[in-house]
Parts: sequence; structure tokens; C-alpha cells
Amino acid sequence: MKKFKGRAWKFGDDISTDHIAPGRLFHLRTNLPELAKHVLEDADPDFAKKMSVGDIVVGGRNFGLGSSREHAPQIIKIAGVSAILAKSFARIFYRNSINLGLPVLICDTDKIDDGDELEIDMNAGEINDLTKEIKITFQPLPPAMLTILSDGGIINHFKKNKGFKLT
Amino acid sequence: MGKTIAEKILSAKSGQDAKAGDIVIVDVDVIALQDGTGPLAIDQFAVLGATEVAKPKQTYLFIEHAAPSPRRELSNAHLLMRAFARKTGVNLSDVNGGVIHQRLVESAVKPGDVVVGADSHTCMSGGLGAFATGMGSTDVAIAMAAGKTWMRVPETFKIEITGRFPAGVYPKDLMLSIIGKIGADGATYKALEFTGDTIENMPLTDRLTLSNMAVESGAKAGIIAADKITAEYLREQGRPDDYIPLTADNDAGYEKIIKIDVGKLEPVIAAPHTVDNTKSIAEAAGIEINQVYIGSCTNGRLADLKVAAGVLKGKKIASSVRLIITPASRSVYLAALNAGIIGDLVEAGAMITGPGCGACVGVHGGILGDGEACLATTNRNFQGRMGNPKGFIYLGSPATAAATALNGKITDPREYIDK
Repeated sequence: MKKFKGRAWKFGDDISTDHIAPGRLFHLRTNLPELAKHVLEDADPDFAKKMSVGDIVVGGRNFGLGSSREHAPQIIKIAGVSAILAKSFARIFYRNSINLGLPVLICDTDKIDDGDELEIDMNAGEINDLTKEIKITFQPLPPAMLTILSDGGIINHFKKNKGFKLT
Repeated sequence: MGKTIAEKILSAKSGQDAKAGDIVIVDVDVIALQDGTGPLAIDQFAVLGATEVAKPKQTYLFIEHAAPSPRRELSNAHLLMRAFARKTGVNLSDVNGGVIHQRLVESAVKPGDVVVGADSHTCMSGGLGAFATGMGSTDVAIAMAAGKTWMRVPETFKIEITGRFPAGVYPKDLMLSIIGKIGADGATYKALEFTGDTIENMPLTDRLTLSNMAVESGAKAGIIAADKITAEYLREQGRPDDYIPLTADNDAGYEKIIKIDVGKLEPVIAAPHTVDNTKSIAEAAGIEINQVYIGSCTNGRLADLKVAAGVLKGKKIASSVRLIITPASRSVYLAALNAGIIGDLVEAGAMITGPGCGACVGVHGGILGDGEACLATTNRNFQGRMGNPKGFIYLGSPATAAATALNGKITDPREYIDK
């Protein structure tokens, strides 16, 4: 993890799991690479075509609200998104993302514009907006979440420790 | 300091003195999956290297999001679930059974249980005095393998409800108004505990409407004390011995207390595309509606169909509108049939489907056309929720839905309810 760079793709408030992995594509849930071609389609119909591996999704408030469908963070990850930044996340989406080893970071995203080049420094807790030449700090992850993320997700964590080791 | 209901249950199930903010590992009593999330959980169970389910008798798979299957991909997902159930000995509710949460309260959940389900509305079982929460497929796969999960003990908002509902105003209106007030992220990560004299006198079916929609305010759980009404419900379900009383301590610590007098409430509508975008019925009345959907885990129970039939009996729905009704479970469907309610609804022009999630989840059973509007008794009105991002979803009570079906536009149900 440490440091990585990517282009910002800006979305608004209340991006739901229906925007990310719509119910009308329910039949693709057992074919995640195919479903990933439609990631975030109902928020931006061309997002999957436009984005490149390593890019960063930037949301507003309450990103990922709604359904528990883990397919939503799964296909964001499969599409190659390296992290999601938002002012706040819905609870289940947040836990699902960490479980999959996808960094979800809480910060003031108002300062970031679509197309900005970002560098995320996980250890420093900082986002460097290279386009604007500003630094934005993100909230430190809760210790349990940091442990799971550092272990590469909940399955690796559980296998490595033969159970949960979070306290 | 005393304990909230969430703290009591999570203390009992973790074997430690659990307070808000603590990380605990808890024994899980009920584990549930549906056909949208189950196949991925089955895959992750294999990735984990697990072969045996820790508590097969307490683990339930439900085929209800796409029931019966409208596509071969989904038929194959169902095959995978049936095969997994056969191999591991877990319970399977097939296409005829109904919605996961309704089936769980009917036949599985007890007060004091920890319930985890790969479906966000798992919080509905909190209406029985359980700690029930929605999780992703991987978390539930681990719970299947280990019989345990980890949780952060949530802080609790106490929602104190007093007064009597005016005629034509229902718990759905109350819950929409709460969400409108605190916002779709107003209770993120918190538990809601509903109390007050209105709750003490509220039938269990209505309590479930409140606990079901807790997640629409971002909450992790929506909990109601287990009392004589809970005992009576469990007795009706043939499970009298599953009852234990469970309340919060008088000196429990709450992060916030919200007080609401329902005597002053009016019918409420949630307008597209978020549940907290609430309007009074006066503001929303007159909006043209193409489809009315009565059903779902939120409002697809017998009492809901009865309210709708009370408005519709002896009348005809507008020719411009489709009225689709999906009972939440097989037992709801059967009870409505035996009570003559289904006949009244069909006479009025309703189309009845088999039990399940139906049109709510946008897979089948009433997908909206471009530009069409639906008034639904469900819990979500997100863009695309009912299968078309160019559709518009309004949420309301079963009475509002029925009155709207009569006129083809959003209608104040109080015009049709005897005072």
C-alpha cells in the first residue's frame, strides 16, 4: 500500500449501490468481470470505458448507501480503482470495501475536482492533489479496519490468524 | 451506567461487558443469505477454505429476489444455492417461501439473538428484540464457517414515540418522517431503539416496518424491546418458548434522544431519488403515477394488504395505473386468501404475484418504463432501484398506495379512511 497515484473521477452525494451495481444487472452477479464493465453505470454511463487502472473514485456524502451487495465494491476493485475518497461512507459499503482490501478514505473531497491527479500516501495519512498542489489529510482508519486492510482483506486476515485478531 | 438493548445482547453473546465503541467477537444465532448475495458468499466460503457450516440448523438460504427465476443465469445461481444447501445441511427456502426478513421473523429469530444477513434490511428482525444487522457476502461467509462474527458495539439513538396515530396515518409515515428529519446518513453506524407508549401498544407487524427501515437512516440496527406483544406474536407463530423479555436498563446511556408525537403526523411521501427526500402528502398530491406496488419486507404483510383492501374494496383502480401486489411470504399470501382480502384486491383491479421481493429490487415483476413513476410501499427509491434509471419511485404507506391506485395520481388516503 504506502503510496499510489491516480486520476480523480468525481461523483456527487448519495451514490448508492444501485448506481454502482444496478439491480437490472442482477443476472451478472455470478460473472463479476462482466458486471465490472458496467461499474457505476447509473451515475456515469461511460465511467467503465473512460477510467484507467489505478484511478481514484471521489464521492461526496454517504457514498455506497443502500443494499449490502458486496458486488458493488467488488466490481470497483475489479475495474482497477485503487481507492475511494468520500466525505462519508455508508456502513455496510465501508466494511465490505475494507474486507476486500480496497482503501476507502474519509476526507474533505470538495477541494478535489474531476480530472485532478492525486497521490495517496497511506502511511502519512495524506492525499496530495498534484494538479492543485494542495495536501488533504484523511481520517485515520479505525484500528480494526487498518488491521484488516493491512492483512489484505478479511479472508486473508481470518486465514492468517485462524480467526479474528482485532483487539 | 446501565445498558442499551444492543449492549445487553452483544455482552451476552460475546461473554464480556460490552459497551458502545468496544470491538467484540460474538456468537451468531441466525445466519441468512438471499439469491442476490448467496452465490458470492458460497464462493467466498470456498476461498476461505471452509467445507462445513458451523451452525447448519441456524443458517438459512432464501430464493426470493428473483423468484421464480426470470433468466437462466439466475436459474443457475439458484441451482448453486440448492446444491450448497444439500451439501451442508443448511435450510433453504425456495421460490414459494417469500422474503428473507419476513420468513426469518416468522420462523427463526428470537429475542436476544444476534442475526447476521447478507441483505441490508436484515435489521428488520430487530423488531423482535434481536440484534440484527446486514453485512456483505464475505462477512456472512465467515459467519457461516465460524458461527461467529466481529462487531463494533454501536452507540444508540433512543427514538421515543408517543401519542395515537390519526386515522389514515401509519407507522410507514412515521418512519419516513424520522428519516426525513435525521437524513439518510443521520444515524450511520448507530443502533436505533424505538420506545414510548406508541411502541408499547404497536402490533408486531407495524414494529417491523420501523425496524426494517432503520438502515435507511444509515443505522446498523433498529431494535424494539421484547414484551407481551412479542410473546403473543411468537405464540401465533407456534414458537411460544422462543420468547424472553428484553428491555434496556432505565439508566442506559444514549447518544441522542429523539421524541416524536404521532398525534400530529400526516401521511408522508419520499420523493425520488433518496428516502430522506420527504414531502407532506399535500405537497406530493396530484403527481401522476403509472404503477402502484404494494409489497416487500417493509409493507407486504397481512395488515398492510388489509389496509389496502379497506381502501379498494368495492371500487376500481384508475385505468391509467397498474396495481401490482406481492405478499411478503407464503403464509401472508395464504392468510390473505383465506380472509377474502385477495379477492377484494383482484376485484378492484390488482394483479397479485407470488410471494417474494417482486418489483422492489428491479429484477422482475414490474420494471418501470422510461419516465414512468411508481408509488411503492417499499423501503428504497434510489435511481434505478426498480430496474430502470429513467424511472421515478415515490414511497408511501399501503393506504396511500391504494388511494393513489384509485386516482392514478398521488392521493391523500385520509379521504378514504373512516375517522
